[in-house]
Amino acid sequence: MAIDTQLFEGKLIRLAPIDHEKDPEVESRWTHDLELMRSLSQRSAMPLSVAQMKKKYEAIEKEVEESKKLFYFTIRGKEDARLLGFIRIEWIEWTHGTGNLRMAIGDRDDRNKGYGSDAMQLILRYAFDELNLYRLSAMVGEDNPGAVRFFKRYGFVEEVRRRKALLRDGQTWDVIHLGLVRDEWLALNERVGHE
Amino acid sequence: MSDLLHGEMVHLTAENPEVMGPKLSRWNQDTGWERFLDSDPPRLFSEKNHKEWLERNLEKSDEIFWAIRKLDDDAIIGFMGLFALYPQHGDTLVAIAIGEREIWSQGYGTDAMRIMLRYAFNELNLRRVGLIVFEYNPRAIRSYEKAGFTHEGRVRGAMLRDSKRWDFLYMGILREEWLAQGMMTS
Repeated sequence: MAIDTQLFEGKLIRLAPIDHEKDPEVESRWTHDLELMRSLSQRSAMPLSVAQMKKKYEAIEKEVEESKKLFYFTIRGKEDARLLGFIRIEWIEWTHGTGNLRMAIGDRDDRNKGYGSDAMQLILRYAFDELNLYRLSAMVGEDNPGAVRFFKRYGFVEEVRRRKALLRDGQTWDVIHLGLVRDEWLALNERVGHE
Repeated sequence: MSDLLHGEMVHLTAENPEVMGPKLSRWNQDTGWERFLDSDPPRLFSEKNHKEWLERNLEKSDEIFWAIRKLDDDAIIGFMGLFALYPQHGDTLVAIAIGEREIWSQGYGTDAMRIMLRYAFNELNLRRVGLIVFEYNPRAIRSYEKAGFTHEGRVRGAMLRDSKRWDFLYMGILREEWLAQGMMTS
C-alpha cells in the first residue's frame, strides 16, 4: 500500500467529520429506533431530541480533542454526502495498543448495502496501520446475532461472555466481547490479497 | 440486618475525601500494587489531587467507593467499589484493593468481597456481579474463585508490560450461583 493514500475513502462511502448543521436531525431520528440503540450500548435505549443530539456531537468533539482516546467518524455516501452512520474507536490505551470499536448504520433501509463493510475495511486499516494498535475489541449483546456474525467476518473472535448481563423484554442475554489482534488481521488480509 | 456491611475480619465504610485521599496517595506510590490494580501506567499524584478526584467521583450515582476497615483496630486497609452499575440490567462490576501489603493473603480481601456480594445481591438486588483481573495476579484470581466467581473469558493481550503481553480475565457470579453456595448467611 502506497504511503500517499486516502485512508478515509471507501468504494461506496467515505469516513467524514460531523456536520453540526445537518447531522443532529438525522441521528435524532435514529435514536428513536430503540432496537438500534440497544445494539449500541448496555445503557437503556432512549430517544434524543435534535437539541440533545447537537449537544452530544459537541461533547464527542470535545472528548476527541481532550482525551486523545477517541476517534470518531461519520459514514457518508460518496455520491451525495448523506449521513449513513458512524464508526468510532474508543477507550484507546496507547501504552497497550488497545481500543474498542463501535459502529452503526442508522437507517434500516441503508443496511445490508455494503456500507458497513466498506466502513469496516477503512477503520481496520486505520486502526492497525495508522494508529498502530495491537488489538481491537467489540461488545455485542447476545440478542444481536447479526452483529456477532458481522464482526466474525472480519476475523473477530469471541473472547468473553458476561453471562446474563442484559435484561430486555423480560429475558436475560449475555454480553459478548469479541477481539481482533493485529497479526490475525494481517493474515486475513494476505489471504484475501490486499495490496 | 444492621450488620449488612460487617464481615468476620473487616467492615465497609463510607469515608470523607480527606480521609481516603492520603491513603490512596500512599498506596499509589507502591507501583507493584498499582500494576495489579490498574492497566493505566502508574504515575504519582499529590494528596490534593487524590482528594479532588475523590470529591468529583464520590457523587456518581452509578458507582460506589468504600473503605475496608479491620474489625479489630478499625484501620483502613484498602477500598472496595462498584462501577459500571446498570440497575436496569441488575449488572455491575466490582473492584477491590488491599493497599497494605503486609496483610495480603490473610483472607481480608475474601472477607470484604463476601460482604460486597451480599450487599449487591440482597440490598441492590442485582442479578450478577463481574470483575476484571489481570493474568499476572494469581493471588487475586484465587481469592475471587474462593468467593464464588466463575471464569467468563479472556481479552487476549490487553496489556503490554515488561515487554510481555498479558490477558484481562473476566469473572462473574450470578445471583443463583451465590444463593446456591449458601453465602447469604455467612
